[in-house]
Amino acid sequence: MALLDIRQRTGYLFIGLTIGHIVLISAQVTTERGVPVLEAVAFGMFAEVQRAASTAIGGMQASWSDYVALQEVRHENERLRTEVAQLQVRLQQERALAQHARTLEGLLKLRSDAELPTVAAAIIAGGASPDFRTITVDKGTADGLRADLAVIAPAGVVGRVITPTARAAKVQLLIDRNAAAGALVERSRAQGVAVGTGGALRLEYISGAADVQVGDAVVTSGIDGIYPKGFVIGQIESMQRGQGAFSAIRVRPAVDFSSLEAVLVVLTQPPALDEGP
Amino acid sequence: MRALGVLIAIALALALQTTLARVLVGGTAALDLVLVVVVYVALTSGPVTGMFAGSLAGLVQDALSSGIIGIGGLAKSVVGFLAGAIGQQFIVTAALPRLVIFLAATAVHAALFMGLYVLLGLRSFPSPWAAIVSQALGNAAVGLIAFTLMESLPGMVERRRMKRRL
Repeated sequence: MALLDIRQRTGYLFIGLTIGHIVLISAQVTTERGVPVLEAVAFGMFAEVQRAASTAIGGMQASWSDYVALQEVRHENERLRTEVAQLQVRLQQERALAQHARTLEGLLKLRSDAELPTVAAAIIAGGASPDFRTITVDKGTADGLRADLAVIAPAGVVGRVITPTARAAKVQLLIDRNAAAGALVERSRAQGVAVGTGGALRLEYISGAADVQVGDAVVTSGIDGIYPKGFVIGQIESMQRGQGAFSAIRVRPAVDFSSLEAVLVVLTQPPALDEGP
Repeated sequence: MRALGVLIAIALALALQTTLARVLVGGTAALDLVLVVVVYVALTSGPVTGMFAGSLAGLVQDALSSGIIGIGGLAKSVVGFLAGAIGQQFIVTAALPRLVIFLAATAVHAALFMGLYVLLGLRSFPSPWAAIVSQALGNAAVGLIAFTLMESLPGMVERRRMKRRL
């Protein structure tokens, strides 16, 4: 009966809940910069759920593929179709193996070229909200990861570690609206900052007198203390000039974030050039 | 029992969202499956359940994202409350009213979510219209499919039972 009374006071409940949320938001906005405890605990726990969900969905996809293949085989010549299906499956497996080998080969080459201590990690989940561009990788503090380590792929810079837990870590992609990296135009060495826009990148703080052209490669400058110098960020796609200064320089990321399977986490941070003594 | 069902639906939506996001992360046509579940729960269970479902789902989503914990919770609890209240006041059993509610819910959610971030000076959202429209259409399509499936499921089971008896 008491519960029924509470449910009838919908307006009070709504106001109470809204105030609760506002208090919660206010508490975080005024705190020092860092990862909230609630976020770290929830993420650490849910990383295991994400790992399990990833495995379960992979298993369901495999089961479904097998079922469809079986239905096709039933409708056609049994012996011939079985052989063809087996060959097709084998071909798929070989292709998958070859693709996986190519990915690993790329990572190995990057690891040897970069001459930086790195650890390879597989991506086990994407972001929980479409408004934040994050991924979850299967390596954590147990493998040497910590916050603000750079994450790279053979094609270029991926992002940085923001929430490491023991066995998993959340990585903020460079295209996230809150992400940025010290950048320079490779050809003219003009310095700026690459800022995420949610789906692409924008190059900011470029001098109006700088020599910048469409098609120029943009690489990390290493001044932010997170990303090592010289790694590819992307290519200048378009730019606009307003009253002498550059008003908008759009950069197409070098990495295809939708097809990422494995990444390298750089275990050391470059010294930030703007740090005081 | 209903609360358990809502919790399972939210957990499944979150798990599916984080799995789908790997595919959709590079594009702009993102879905918010958690929002779809909140609106569905609100329309079928009323404003109080919709509000609590939205609050819980939003808070968990905030905790798993790199944003401020509470902004998504507040946006989703308001959407859950409004959708539930509309569902109680009007007849929303046809496809068109449901489509309108899913579209409006996505727009209200985006306005609250982005508005709070901009108001607090934490983030900027330059020209977000294309992303909001594509997300609204995606959410509405998934929501309508979910309603159709959930409503046709008992009939299908009953028909199968009858066939077996015959």
